[in-house]
Formats: sequence, C-alpha cells, structure tokens
Amino acid sequence: MNEEREKEEEAVEKRELIKDGKRLDGRGFEELRPIKIEVGVLKRADGSCYFELGENKVIAAVYGPKEMHPRHAQDAKMAVVKFRYNMAPFSVDDRKRPGPDRRSVEVSKVSREAFEPVIMREFYPKAAIEVYVEILQSDAGTRTAGINAASVALADAGIPMKDLVSSVAVGKIDGQVVLDLNGTEDNHGEADMPIAMVARTNTITLLQMDGHLTAEEFGRGLKLAMGACRQIYELQRAALIERFSSSSNSGSKSEKRGE
Amino acid sequence: MGLEIMDEIKQNYVANLVASGKREDGRGFREFREISVERGVAERAEGSARVKIGDSDVLVGVKLDVGAPFPDTPNKGVIITNAELVPLASPEFESGPPREDSVQLARVVDRGIRGSEAIDLERLCIEEGEKVWIVFIDIHILDNGGNLVDAAALGAISALLNARIPFEKWGLPAPAGEGEEEEGRESSRLPIRETPVAVTTAKIEGKILVDPNVNEENAATTKLTVISNADGSLSGMQKSGSGGLKEDEVLEMVELGIEKAGEIRENFL
Repeated sequence: MNEEREKEEEAVEKRELIKDGKRLDGRGFEELRPIKIEVGVLKRADGSCYFELGENKVIAAVYGPKEMHPRHAQDAKMAVVKFRYNMAPFSVDDRKRPGPDRRSVEVSKVSREAFEPVIMREFYPKAAIEVYVEILQSDAGTRTAGINAASVALADAGIPMKDLVSSVAVGKIDGQVVLDLNGTEDNHGEADMPIAMVARTNTITLLQMDGHLTAEEFGRGLKLAMGACRQIYELQRAALIERFSSSSNSGSKSEKRGE
Repeated sequence: MGLEIMDEIKQNYVANLVASGKREDGRGFREFREISVERGVAERAEGSARVKIGDSDVLVGVKLDVGAPFPDTPNKGVIITNAELVPLASPEFESGPPREDSVQLARVVDRGIRGSEAIDLERLCIEEGEKVWIVFIDIHILDNGGNLVDAAALGAISALLNARIPFEKWGLPAPAGEGEEEEGRESSRLPIRETPVAVTTAKIEGKILVDPNVNEENAATTKLTVISNADGSLSGMQKSGSGGLKEDEVLEMVELGIEKAGEIRENFL
C-alpha cells in the first residue's frame, strides 16, 4: 500500500496521470471502479443500502413516508423529500469537522433534486420521505455513490418511483476525458462533472460541472457518463432482484466489476 | 414548498403562455432582459459592482485581506465567496444562517471564477507558505426579480475587474509582474485573466428559455446554469430544480448559454 502510494505520488509529481493508455489504478479511460451493492443492511430503517465505488464506502437509509415536521413545511399536494448527505469526520485524510458545511448543504440539495422527478410524491400529501446518506470512506465521487445507494434504499423501502436513479462522474485528466475519477485523479484533474440519470428514459436529473472543459469535451463526457449510468442501473437492479427473490431476509449482496 | 394560491395561478398562467410560444414580459425565448452594470459603487470596498438584470438587483463587493494560504497551495492567494439573500430582497427570504439557495448561489459563482482560473492566484502570493492576499467576494442581493445567479456572477467578475490590491495600506511592496508603471501608486489591479459569464436557462412546458424572471422561475421545473469563458470553453455548470433534462435539451441549453455569454461579455466586460 505504501509503495503504491509512493509510486502514485511520483507519477503525480511528473504530471503523469495517464501512462501507456492506462490510468494510475490500471483502468482504461471509460472504465468504472469496482462496484459493490448490499441491500437492506440496516434493521431500523424502512429501506437501506450499502454501496462501494472503488474506495468509496457509503450507506444510505430511507425513512417514511411519515408525517412531515415541522407542519408549516408540509406540502398539501405532495410529499416533501428530505435528503441529508453527511461525511463522517474520519472519511477523509484530514479530519472533517462534524456537521453540515456549505459543500454538504449543496450536495444535499442537488441530490434531493435528482430524486424529485422520479419519486411519486403526489401519493403522499403532507408527508415526508427522508433519505440519509452517510459517507464512511471517501475517494472522489461520494455524491454519485450516495445517490446510487439512496436510489436502491428508496426501492428497498417500497417508495413508489418511476424508476431508479443512477449516477456517475466524468472528468478530465492529462487533457483526456475519462470516466469516474478517483481521489488522486480528482485532486490533480482539470475537470469533474457528476451526473445522475433515469436510465430507462435517459432523463438527466443531476448535472454539475467544475473545472475546465471545451463544449466538445462536455458533449463527449455527457455521453460517456450516460452510458456508465446504464451500467450502474443494471447493477442496482440486479441487487434489488436478488434481495427480493432470495428466501432469506438477511440482506443480499451483489458484487461485480464494472467495465 | 407550500405555494400560495396566487403563486399557483401565476405559475399556470406563465406555463400556458410559454406553451403557446410567448413570455409574460413579451420577450423571445432566447432574449435576456435589460442588463446594466455599474462599477465602483461601494467606496469602502477594493472593488464593487451593481448589476441589474430586469428587476433583479445585485450588489457585489470585493474586499482584500492578508492571511495565511491553504497548506496544499502555499504559493496561491485564496478566494472566499459568500452570498446573502437578505430579507429586504424578497418576501420569501428570511434572516438567519444561509440556507441552501444562498449556499448554492455562492458556490456556483465561486465555481465559475475558480474553474476559469479568472484570478491569477499565484500573483497573490506575498510570502510562500506564510502570507497571501485573500479575496473576499460578497454578494448582496437587493431585489429578487429572478435569475440571481447570472446577475451575481456578472457582478462578481465586474467587481473583480474593478478591484485594486491595497498594498500600500498594508505596508507591502507592489505585487510582482505588474504591467502598470505609474510612480507612487498605492494600489494595483487584481490580476484577472479570464471573464467567466453565467447564463441560466429554464425549461417550462418542454420549452427552453433564457434568463427566467421570478414567475418563470417558479413555473420552471428545471434550470441549468452554464458558465463559459471568452474562448467558448466551459468552467462551471449547475442543474437545479425538481425536473429532468434530456441530452438534446442539455446540449441546447449549453449552446444557448455560450452564445449569450459571448454577447454579455462583449457589452459589459
């Protein structure tokens, strides 16, 4: 591990995030990190999911629909979705101060908006549907991992949805548009663009961009991310099917290397 | 959340208009409201600008301070962007700690300036690892007529272009690599090398329109802010709102954003 780190740092020094057409972790440009999905990992929550994306480890829980508090925040026509993205203090190299900071407030907002188009909120007027995402270990792409986990947890909770939401980031390293940046790539990369998508209808429900891209690179990155969302969708779907077709209630695992 | 009945009627009115190819204020779908930019309006600030886009009115002040750099960028200045949706600007704004809309507003403006590397931060280093210039960009919303992001972003870059480094006040030498050769000057221009411009488009009834006013914002399911540079490259993007977008809609919004940013840059920066 230490040796690997040293090698990585050396490569970063030399500004070589890509060598011989491969990335530092050996992936190709259009390759996802390994993904692992476990459904129903928490006992108290109505739905839950543990999601790994490379070295990212996140867990999502869903509570509700339940009565919305405070009452004045209720919507008489539909349920209110609450989404809280939270990083554990030990999830990053330098301890993160506990509690919401500006970044997590923004991530929570855009993540909630990624789900509002698919959750059938009109079924539950005056109710709240609460989604809690905890980042246990972070290595770039935590918001996308959190959305993927939340999506499966919502389904696990039986919340009526038009479809699952799948999410991934594309970015630019060494002038090259690549899929799913890891931490080192993100730190030294030129751009980062997370998206979330409803795979069945190709509807984009989250789109952010940070860094520098030409319009042509943006268009290419968007296509690449949309394709990867379809791959992740299949993994989410498989994990849910496995969970509800197995006779045991002890939660199910689904592990697969993305390509 | 909890829309009042009048808001709902207005929403339907605006949506129906858009569906029939019209806008509330008679504009075309690809047309901005009138824009005005006034620089140097706050004399206590090192740089400032007041931007109006239609009824939206935003004041941005830039203050400079000397402080320590971040440990991972010891030779670079620091940018800190803050936005306040003060209750004076809208019946919907409340006092208290910043809520998600103001956090998002500040972060999107910040992202554009950072992503485009608009400020040459290395030239804001005074003493590596010890002392750098800290640039505070404070966005004060005075009137919310809709599309605050574009007004705030235009205000921020205008205020930065207007800002001067008060080195004399701090007893510091003039920053290195300055182009200005005046003798005995007390301040020098902030090193600005790019002019990011934000353009927000909204989707209402499946139609894409630029620069939504406040009623259009309420009627829109989705907005996309696209921040682009002089060469047409992109330096930031943010989708907001509880709707979704198709790939061709995103591409249309990006193209429209780049085109309109070019016009704004030409006329106001």
